[in-house]
Amino acid sequence: MRNRTNVFTNLDWVTILTYLVLVIIGWLSIYAAVYNEEHSKIFDLSQRYGNQLLWIGFSLLVALIILMIEGSFFTSFAYPIYGFVILMLIGVLLFGTEIKGAKSWFRIGSFAIQPAEFGKFATALALAKFLSVLGINMKDLKTKVTAIAIVILPAMLILLQNDTGSMLVYFSFIIVLYREGLSGNVLLSGIYTAFLFITSLLMRIHTFTFFDKEIGGELLLILILVGIGAITIYFTKKMKKLWIIIIAVLICSIGVVFSVDYVFNNVLEPHQSKRINVMLGVESDPHGAGYNVNQSLIAIGSGGFSGKGFLNGTQTKFNFVPEQSTDFIFCTIGEEWGFLGTFVLISLYLFLFLRLIFLAERQRSTFSRIYGYCVASILFFHFLVNIGMTIGLAPVIGIPLPFISYGGSSLWAFTILLFIFIRLDAERIYVLR
Amino acid sequence: MNNLSHRKYIVGAIFSVICLIFIIRLFNVQVVNNKYKLDSDNNVLRVITEYPARGLVYDRNGELLVFNEAAYDLMLIPGQLKEIDTNLFCDLFDVSKEDFLVKYTKAKNYSRYKPSVFEKELSTETYGNVQDQLYKFPGFFVQTRTLRKYPKNNAAHILGYIGEVNNAVIEKNSYYKSGDYIGKSGLELAYEELLRGKRGVRKILVDVHNREKGSYNNGLEDTLSVAGQTIYSSLDVDLQAYGELLMQNKTGSVVAIEPKTGEILCLVSSPGYDPNLLVGRSIKTNYPILTKDSLKPLFNRATMAQYPPGSIFKTIQALIAMQEGVITEQTGFACIRSLVGCHNHPTALNVAASIKMSCNPYYHQVFKRLIQQNKAKSIFKDSEIGLAKWAINVKKFGFGGTLKTDIPGVKNGLVPGVDFYNRWYGEGRWAFSTIFSLSIGQGELGVIPIQMANLAAIIANKGYYYPPHTLKKIEGVDTIPSLFTTKQYVGIDSVYFNPIIQGMLAVVDEPGGTARRAKINGVSVCGKTGTAQNPHGEDHSVFIAFAPMENPKIAIAVYVENSGFGGTWAAPIASLMMEQYLTDSISDKLKEKRILEANLLNVKPKK
Repeated sequence: MRNRTNVFTNLDWVTILTYLVLVIIGWLSIYAAVYNEEHSKIFDLSQRYGNQLLWIGFSLLVALIILMIEGSFFTSFAYPIYGFVILMLIGVLLFGTEIKGAKSWFRIGSFAIQPAEFGKFATALALAKFLSVLGINMKDLKTKVTAIAIVILPAMLILLQNDTGSMLVYFSFIIVLYREGLSGNVLLSGIYTAFLFITSLLMRIHTFTFFDKEIGGELLLILILVGIGAITIYFTKKMKKLWIIIIAVLICSIGVVFSVDYVFNNVLEPHQSKRINVMLGVESDPHGAGYNVNQSLIAIGSGGFSGKGFLNGTQTKFNFVPEQSTDFIFCTIGEEWGFLGTFVLISLYLFLFLRLIFLAERQRSTFSRIYGYCVASILFFHFLVNIGMTIGLAPVIGIPLPFISYGGSSLWAFTILLFIFIRLDAERIYVLR
Repeated sequence: MNNLSHRKYIVGAIFSVICLIFIIRLFNVQVVNNKYKLDSDNNVLRVITEYPARGLVYDRNGELLVFNEAAYDLMLIPGQLKEIDTNLFCDLFDVSKEDFLVKYTKAKNYSRYKPSVFEKELSTETYGNVQDQLYKFPGFFVQTRTLRKYPKNNAAHILGYIGEVNNAVIEKNSYYKSGDYIGKSGLELAYEELLRGKRGVRKILVDVHNREKGSYNNGLEDTLSVAGQTIYSSLDVDLQAYGELLMQNKTGSVVAIEPKTGEILCLVSSPGYDPNLLVGRSIKTNYPILTKDSLKPLFNRATMAQYPPGSIFKTIQALIAMQEGVITEQTGFACIRSLVGCHNHPTALNVAASIKMSCNPYYHQVFKRLIQQNKAKSIFKDSEIGLAKWAINVKKFGFGGTLKTDIPGVKNGLVPGVDFYNRWYGEGRWAFSTIFSLSIGQGELGVIPIQMANLAAIIANKGYYYPPHTLKKIEGVDTIPSLFTTKQYVGIDSVYFNPIIQGMLAVVDEPGGTARRAKINGVSVCGKTGTAQNPHGEDHSVFIAFAPMENPKIAIAVYVENSGFGGTWAAPIASLMMEQYLTDSISDKLKEKRILEANLLNVKPKK
């Protein structure tokens, strides 16, 4: 029990080191993004890099405190923490301040805190707590519904705040549920639906001519789907049970194709539809909705193989790229460090994700494993959407790049998220929950 | 749940595949594809052309003739144009929306990335008003350049003007770019390379609001502009102005040369125009007006109008004849009017008298001796030999295209030779009797006023000249082109000039001279009148002169179109000009008044 008294000897320093490297890269990039010669002192609170330095300090303090808290605290208080954050999310709807169209901030003096950021680790804790109950089975409908409810509740509250980006992050819990036994079909049908959605978006703007008859793209897509269904049925004549499934899939698919118009025009906001269209190349609007992505690509592309060098970026420094220190921070890295830099950064993230999976899998405690997967999934989703957006592979959704983007709330939230897991991991030998 | 632990591989695989996709995409964007790099330069790099101030021009006495005034051109880079408030723009710059679109389209068709001139020469007030609003219109910026100004309003033909360079020049000379200004005529054209200086280029970085953020690459790729050189023209602007004044309401030209240097003191072509009319954007309106004017003010008569020289040509005939040995100074010929018409005068007993009285039959006989020297049996062959030799001799005087000068566009004139008449009449079908009108400066002869002035200078110098030029000095340079400092001998021994000069003095000084009106008290003036027959109307009045005889300081040719006898108008004008130049005053105010009041523009054509 010697080690139990000194948790620091069991810490996974590899992960902590990766974390520190990412935070430092982030700070340097913010410094580069807002750098100007008049304010070259690094600790200048009028500048973003000065603030970020302050927040990094706070984050390290928060990390230290978390490392000192017994892991059992988190298992015991998972639901209360979740409940508290849910209350905050409701509270922010009532008393919050609106910033950039999203009513998701509590303003305390000059500081603004975004409860949605803390929703992520709270939800992760609650989900881990719920799924780690002995004998629980994901195949039960009740289990599924409850698990999804735990995730959906904060997500809906955040959607009400008009913060679509943060809401989408909650989709990342599907990966956790999948690992814990959710049928792979769910994952597959999710991917299939997305594929169908995008295909019909691309097809519906075209018309095709066959035998002198014009057919709309959507109709053609449905004909193709029906054709595939018919062929499949023909080859599976003897397995009549499959027919029902095939026909069901077919009907759902046709439903998806027809719903595209509705979703696009009624569910999504106009600017969101536009962003998706621009990303797909259906619409071109380099000065409007496409401006961010176009400028972002120019910045990243101009970095070339080895980049322009630290502080030598021109695109990001001269404000061609909007939100350059928050959501588009990756541009600065791409421009100043080139392909070498972006390659190293992506490798670093991949290393972190795989390391987290490795750590999660070595837990004896189900709670710790599930929580570990939550951490990996949440970080991965941010990474996916943020970098995907800057390189034009995802629509523009304003969510931060973990540990790197400017912003106190997000840095603290990611730090808390990660260090709870590091603390849990440090106790893995003694705990079997 | 061990049966589920294989799913870690699937999750890991998803993570890895996404990262791989990102890396491939980044490799494509950053390494393979060059488009973004070019776009990034267009985003931030602004190439600013630094136009040097064009060189100033002074006259021989240091009077400023040409200087520069700042002008502001509104430039547009269409590729950088973002959404702007077109209404505000049109209000600020006072352009209509249609104009805006037309100009924008034009600029875009020229180039998306290179700047085009959107609006030329904003006034200083407009520029002041819009300066701090300009940032609202990314893609637009202001380029400073200079306009020429002419404080004296004189000597437009000599100074020339500058205008936008045309495509032919751009193709030939890589220095010029569309929209650049280049000398189009006169000194501006002749000394373009001195005056223009050297253009500089400054690359600056701009931010998204088009604000300057500093130099690109620490200014290593910038080039400094070099200001154009100041030059001193040989013109005496006061004399030029006086000449223009005297020539008002007359068509014709006055060219004065300093014989000792070949420097052109004045070169008047009348009617002229105010050089300030052809400046900047006003060229567009004024140029067509000047072109359509029936009196052709843009036409530089002094260097481009070709006339028969008339009797002033007798001086050359006499000189060549004496040099050839076909006559002597003392040769006399009877005034046989059956040969060619003449006026009443005593018989010219020598060369000097023949000049003084301008006897036509005398020169008919002189020319006959020159052309028919009995070198061949056939009279036709003999004439060919004589004319060939004569033409060579005449051309040495700078006629027929041999005169070099720094004034662009000087015409050659015509000295008809053997080939000319062979083409005209056929070989062996012409002889002296066919071409005798050359003897008195008529016929097919064509000379340019500047060539006449040069003839006066040759006589003043007794046998040589310096090619007439308008450049006196380049600031900071000790020499001018050697062409203008090299004596050109005309192949006549200087002794033969004495009787000519005596005769020309008598023309002005003695009773019976043809140009008594050219006399200046206290100055010995040598002159020769001419009356060039003009098949299209009233005769042209010609006079060449130089003074003072002992030490010639000015040689002059005056040509007044359609004004009759040479002594009536051309001689007094030349006299006034010389007096003004030599004494800086006019003693005979009446003579001046008569000239100033004369309007010879509407002389009826002779029936």
